[in-house]
Amino acid sequence: MKIDRRSFLALGIGAAAGTAFTPLPWKLTDDLSIWTQNWPWTPVPEDGDAYYDHSVCTLCPGGCGILVRKINDRIVKIEGMPSHPVNRGGICALGISGPQLLYGPDRVIAPMKRSGARGEGKWTTLSWDDAIAEVLDRLKKLEADNKTEHLACICDTDRGTVPQLFKRMLSLFGSPNFMTTPSMYDSYEAVLKKMHGRKDTLDIGFDFENTDFILSFGSGVIEGWGSPVRMIMANSAWKTKKAKQIQIEQRLSNTAASSNGLFAVKPGTEADLALGLACVIMEEELYDKAFTGAYSTGFPEFRNMVTKNYNPDVVAEKTGIERHLIIELARHFASAGTSSLAICGRGKGQTAGSMMEFMAVHSLNALVGKINTPGGVWSVEHPDYIPWAKEMNVRAAIAGKKRIDEAGSPVYPDSLSLLNRLPSKILESKESPIEMLFVSNANPAYTLAGTDKVIEALGKIPFIVSFSSYMDETADQADLILPNHIYLERYQDVPVRGGLARPVIGLTRPVVEPQYDTMHSGDVVLKLAKGLGGQVGEGFPWDDYKDCLEKTMADRWKELEETGFWTDEAYQPKPWAGAFGGTYGKFAFSDTILPLPDLEGDVKDYPLILIPKESMRISSSHIGDTPFTVKTVPDTELKGKTLVIEINPRTGKEQGLADGKDAVLKTPLGQVRVKVSFFEGIMPGLMAMPKGLGHTAYGKYLKGKGASYNALVGPMEDPVSGQDISWGIRARISRV
Amino acid sequence: MTTSDHKAKGDAPDKAPKGREGSSFGIIVSFFLIGFGLSMAVGWIAFPKLLYSEKQQPFDFNHAIHMDLVDEGCESCHLFREDGTYAGVPTLDQCSGCHEDAQSDSPDEEIFVNEYVANQQEVPWLIYSKQPDCVFFSHAVHVKTAEMECAECHGDIGTSESLKVYRENRITGYSQDIWGANIAGLKKNTWDRMKMDDCGSCHLERMGSKGPCFQCHK
Repeated sequence: MKIDRRSFLALGIGAAAGTAFTPLPWKLTDDLSIWTQNWPWTPVPEDGDAYYDHSVCTLCPGGCGILVRKINDRIVKIEGMPSHPVNRGGICALGISGPQLLYGPDRVIAPMKRSGARGEGKWTTLSWDDAIAEVLDRLKKLEADNKTEHLACICDTDRGTVPQLFKRMLSLFGSPNFMTTPSMYDSYEAVLKKMHGRKDTLDIGFDFENTDFILSFGSGVIEGWGSPVRMIMANSAWKTKKAKQIQIEQRLSNTAASSNGLFAVKPGTEADLALGLACVIMEEELYDKAFTGAYSTGFPEFRNMVTKNYNPDVVAEKTGIERHLIIELARHFASAGTSSLAICGRGKGQTAGSMMEFMAVHSLNALVGKINTPGGVWSVEHPDYIPWAKEMNVRAAIAGKKRIDEAGSPVYPDSLSLLNRLPSKILESKESPIEMLFVSNANPAYTLAGTDKVIEALGKIPFIVSFSSYMDETADQADLILPNHIYLERYQDVPVRGGLARPVIGLTRPVVEPQYDTMHSGDVVLKLAKGLGGQVGEGFPWDDYKDCLEKTMADRWKELEETGFWTDEAYQPKPWAGAFGGTYGKFAFSDTILPLPDLEGDVKDYPLILIPKESMRISSSHIGDTPFTVKTVPDTELKGKTLVIEINPRTGKEQGLADGKDAVLKTPLGQVRVKVSFFEGIMPGLMAMPKGLGHTAYGKYLKGKGASYNALVGPMEDPVSGQDISWGIRARISRV
Repeated sequence: MTTSDHKAKGDAPDKAPKGREGSSFGIIVSFFLIGFGLSMAVGWIAFPKLLYSEKQQPFDFNHAIHMDLVDEGCESCHLFREDGTYAGVPTLDQCSGCHEDAQSDSPDEEIFVNEYVANQQEVPWLIYSKQPDCVFFSHAVHVKTAEMECAECHGDIGTSESLKVYRENRITGYSQDIWGANIAGLKKNTWDRMKMDDCGSCHLERMGSKGPCFQCHK
């Protein structure tokens, strides 16, 4: 008997075989895999008591109520508020990713002063006292030089106490140059002024919940138009009650796909179609005779103009829609169930529209008597809760001073702000007429059409102060950044301007302590005003912003603080007899054919047309996408870091392109390398480009992904309102 | 040396080598069996003993006594919050309502009152059913909606008079109750194990599908 090498080999094999018949390897594998999940550097959410706090989302004009779920002091989730009159528990993808904006890496974490060239991204932090002192020094110098109107301010809106505090400071300082980010609401407000004859500004409202037929002129009803969550809910309700929705658009958007019919008109002929429909309605006597007879003026003239210029044959030729379809659509619109309404404002409504188109569409609503009626289009009175916004002494301080953008001047009497005109006004002057610019809740260096020109104009302004919470494109061009708390860290009233059928004021509340060394912009304005002293200082009698807000809200404050919103539940629009102003107190039809600007670019050099493609997944406003929402962008819009252009296969092949391949897209403003996606759902001759990508600022999650639509498309000024109504540009595309 | 060589030389090579080979084979088999047996012993007996360390709870707890005193069974103390979330192990606040002072002469209650209630310190209970953080589990859905009994997953703890020893897996840090007392992972009762497959088999049986990954791993 000899024990040799083979014996030990056998022992080993036996041990191995035996082990395989025990639970050891399987249990050990399982345990090791769990062990790897518990490595100390693996992030694990903090455990603790969960509770909810209520607030309002400010990431778009929608004004949704939110419930913020917290574990201890950390926000872990944002949900829709079920009791809120706007969103009734619903919430969008951007809204739920709010915590990423709060805790994400793109925040400006302290006051910062530029230490390199503009856009170079070199900053040094400074104390709040030093930062405010620097702004004050410059303001005092402007005052001493008697150049107070050389101060300008850009806000996202003029609604609510914070924009009004900025406006008040500017006015008392002596500058009328308070401007706001353009949107379709500017056009609607101008239409209400013109056609309803009211001098005060009214909000447009749509009673979508009670309508049976919706005729949408390019509005992205479920793609961010109006108050987005409300619109998605309204759209679902239309399906349930079998209301009809007809979409007029050049491509099969999500809204078009969910509609009952798509009318792909030639781009830019929407107003023609609206008046063509009006023509049929009048010729077939389908209009509301009670309304046109007793409550309107100019109807016979309007009728003459329309029947003469917009008969279905002419309109069919112009729009490319067959005559019988125009007639059928007009009949449906005029006779649909109990109520029908027509809406406009392209895509998300983030740009203004032509007065021609908006007035034509509004005339359609008026013709069928659906102004201020159930299921129709409403002019909603303001809650008018900021008494100090209308003080005469504030107006007197800027009496006789001209706005740089000429809004409200005899040329553009119905416009309150024309920010789109600012870059060209600056560029055409040798020295910038604006020496100091405040930018709050706005990102004009990204959202205005013709980015290069905008940045060139900003470059001429000697001193720019950004109040942005994030390192956006405009902050990147600023000299000083005074970061605001983000909406989850601050109090602010949010009057909703989202086409709601009643006034709603929301309240954002500080659901967490400010995470960084930021300051409420309202408090900064108060500090600046008090620092300036004199007439300006006296105009700000409040201790701090919260004091101002509480006193302004007066009786409404308690309700706002408790429920998060105030609304007039029983709101009803004024009846026809008292709804209109003007000389006759009647709705004013217009028989003027208003001019429309031509699309930029020469047809020979640029045979195609580039239009924007807007989606809920891409935030195209001053708020950039969050890491989460960027992940939801499909590869038909963004492939890797390359933008994808949608083009009809027929046009694509004519241009020598292949589906999925690289190409170069060129417009008169610039060019960009893209990928091509063939899509049958877009009209031949057109290309659609996702809007909201191609950021040059923000952090790694957003910067450098895709290309910016606004960088390739220039502004188109409406000759009547002065607003930028750009909806596309001529372009060409070639393979590489 | 080859076989043909042996034959050629007229040797009788068959017997002696056969015996040698037989004994060698026996030794190999023996060693194989020794190895097999040892590893079986290690795998089935030593490994489970080594894998778990025994830990004592801060003090003992008698579920049975408490069950007699309450009206709503387990939910009297292991309650659901107003928003539907499950509160888990009762907090000091809940207990100190009755145990501000000792109610009996139990040495365990004495520890609770003197060391925890008096110092306003939460009891660091070792939780037998604690699952990894990557798992989302809603008690409300199972207890309220599906009307399952607590015992179906946790066993009949309500009648126990003392807490069992907490065996902590030295590698994962979780309780032995998750894998189950049987090291082979076999179970007789639904509450013997709490692994993903156990959730899955119940879901498959009652709902027709194990459900998508993200149902629990959000």
